[in-house]
Amino acid sequence: MSINSVGPRWRAALAGTVGVGLVLGLAACGDGGGDDSGEDTPSAAAIDCAQFSSFGDLKGKTVSIYTGIITPEDKPQIDSYKPFEQCTGVTVKYEGDKAFETQVLVRAKAGNPPDLAYVPQPGLLAQLVATGKAVEAPKSVSDNVDKFFGKDWKAYGTVNDKFYAAPLGANVKSLVWYSPSEFKENNYKVPTTLDELKTLSDTIAAKDKKPWCAGIASGEATGWPITDWMEDFMLRLSGPEKYDQWVKHQIPFNGPDSSAALDAVGGYLKNDKYVNGGYGDVKSIATTTFQDGGLPIVDGGCSLHRQANFYAANWDKDTKVAEDGDVFAFYLPGKDASSKPVLGGGEFVVSFANRPEVQAFQTYLSTDTWANAKAKLSQGWVSANKGLDVNNLSSPIDKLSAGILQDPKAVFRFDGSDQMPAAVGSNAFWKQTTSWITGQDTKTTVDNIEKAWPK
Amino acid sequence: MSSAPIAPVTVSDAPLKAPRETAAGKAKKRLTSPWASLFAVVLAVLWTLPTFGLLVSSFRPQRDIRTSGWWTFFSDPQMTLDNYRSVLGTDQAGGLGDYFINSFIITIPSVLIPVTLAALAAYAFAWIRFPGKNILFVAVFALQIVPIQVTLIPLLTLYVDGGIAGTFWPIWLSHSIFALPLAVFILHNFMKEVPATLLEAARIDGAGHVAIFFRVLLPLLRPALAAFGIFQFLWVWNDLLVALTFAGGGNAVAPVTVALANLAGTRGNAWHLLSAGAFVSIVVPVLVFLSSQRYFVRGLLAGSVKG
Repeated sequence: MSINSVGPRWRAALAGTVGVGLVLGLAACGDGGGDDSGEDTPSAAAIDCAQFSSFGDLKGKTVSIYTGIITPEDKPQIDSYKPFEQCTGVTVKYEGDKAFETQVLVRAKAGNPPDLAYVPQPGLLAQLVATGKAVEAPKSVSDNVDKFFGKDWKAYGTVNDKFYAAPLGANVKSLVWYSPSEFKENNYKVPTTLDELKTLSDTIAAKDKKPWCAGIASGEATGWPITDWMEDFMLRLSGPEKYDQWVKHQIPFNGPDSSAALDAVGGYLKNDKYVNGGYGDVKSIATTTFQDGGLPIVDGGCSLHRQANFYAANWDKDTKVAEDGDVFAFYLPGKDASSKPVLGGGEFVVSFANRPEVQAFQTYLSTDTWANAKAKLSQGWVSANKGLDVNNLSSPIDKLSAGILQDPKAVFRFDGSDQMPAAVGSNAFWKQTTSWITGQDTKTTVDNIEKAWPK
Repeated sequence: MSSAPIAPVTVSDAPLKAPRETAAGKAKKRLTSPWASLFAVVLAVLWTLPTFGLLVSSFRPQRDIRTSGWWTFFSDPQMTLDNYRSVLGTDQAGGLGDYFINSFIITIPSVLIPVTLAALAAYAFAWIRFPGKNILFVAVFALQIVPIQVTLIPLLTLYVDGGIAGTFWPIWLSHSIFALPLAVFILHNFMKEVPATLLEAARIDGAGHVAIFFRVLLPLLRPALAAFGIFQFLWVWNDLLVALTFAGGGNAVAPVTVALANLAGTRGNAWHLLSAGAFVSIVVPVLVFLSSQRYFVRGLLAGSVKG
């Protein structure tokens, strides 16, 4: 036994560990300090504090928030709460977690829910309500939602005829990214009907350029961009009523409307003349990440990319996103110029506590005051709040998105896969459409999704 | 446990022309061949290549990471420290720095608690006679079978009821709970291999259980304790699941793995930071492993061959 030689080594190892810990710990402390002092918070405008007086004295109380909104979008969120904190003396504790969608259920089931959670899917909201831990929204919130949001939005926050969650942010998915400079050089016009979009694609394809590029790889969620494509076409070809029935499974997934929508998507995404500009053939769509999907527009690899407004964050810092810049987006047109269906998504604020400070904060989030304060602070953010002044948004793409949402002719529909049962919306729908892009035919695809629907 | 597989070495065959090989020599001959070495080298290269690619990636500019593979670095070397700067939080909020301290606060007790408890339990199982010992021992080890996923929600419920949710306690306790069965089993096997005569001698000299444990067994057990300690350290440091579930108190108690998971951003558009983040977080395990590699290997072997 060579115990003697063990001693010093063991000590050295321990010392090393502790030493490294200390060094890193100190380094971390240094960073933290630097951050605090160097932080320059954009001052949010003062707000009318009287609206919170009915909630009583809230000084020193804490409201905890749990959300999937993380860096870099979390900072404007946190900053937008400052006016409320200054008014009421409440501390808002923000916790962002990428695994939010699974963890919030675990926490609700275990009896450890946050005060408020920002839920990005009506389906998840229903699951949370089913745990029995969620509480109904107070009247002040409900009134605000009646005042500032459309009926369709209120319906998405309602479960079993009880109103739980007010909308927070929104995103617009019916957008096609393009290069304004390329359009100008070639005299292309932004299409206003689906037929014009097809003609434009053919025109570009005739110049030996693949007009479209796409990417659907996204880890375990691979395939979701195609579900958005299909929903957009379902909405356009069959109309919003059929779309709602389709989402609620009142018409089968393998019915004629659904197949027609997927075939229409195939007309673009499975058309070798159209895709996949900058990457390769049709199959390369499945291996290109959604973050990279549209990037070839900048290098001229492709001309068009259908993706939501949040895609703006994927461009390089030196790419100018504007109507006269390097890239911009246009509204994915309807069947004719008069109909304006809009596919989108958003988050909803669901509450697990009915303490006055929680209700006060919930109320603040549902006001136009908050929407405008947030608009001034952030990039790449919009809300469906009608009280939002478009001029408070700084980036052109946000203005475009808000304009689309507030258009009185717009018919908004929430992302269908987010409302379908998890077995379909976040499983079969993704997987089958991924197989579809790599060769499976439309019939097998819709049949398989129909089979996966929980009975 | 006295059937160590050592081939009988006979030295009495004097008239042999060549000296007979020892067991070790035989083993050496049998185990080393140029082909085997080549295979090992190829394996090592294949294993290291992805990590090496990650390292190279972590120094490449954002645009390069997104548009081309890391191997293009050699034809067009572009280097930047921007990724590390972002990760360490010098230019924007939410660097990994603060989470490092949390990781240490989580890891150190999560190693010390199970090692301490397991050493005591293993001693009892190995050298103290009490009724139901064998059944209890099998029961403890059988707990190893329980998948930790099924325990998450019930455990969290207990922690919430006990009022400790949102502190470090749930994480420490959970890691200890999950580590104990294996720790008890491994340390028990080490203890059992210490010759009984050694303990008898100590007992004759008047030592009780406490003295035997601290003065006879503990020094002998150091390699085993170190090996298990390192093992547990790496496990806890790299753990994400337990931290995600039980660190539900926000950034105040979340370790570096949680921060790393969030690094890519809400829609994963900052994934070019992941390679740099990964390297920052593995610095500690690598240092721990390299500085105590000897114990690790020795600890693993100590169970199989009597030294």
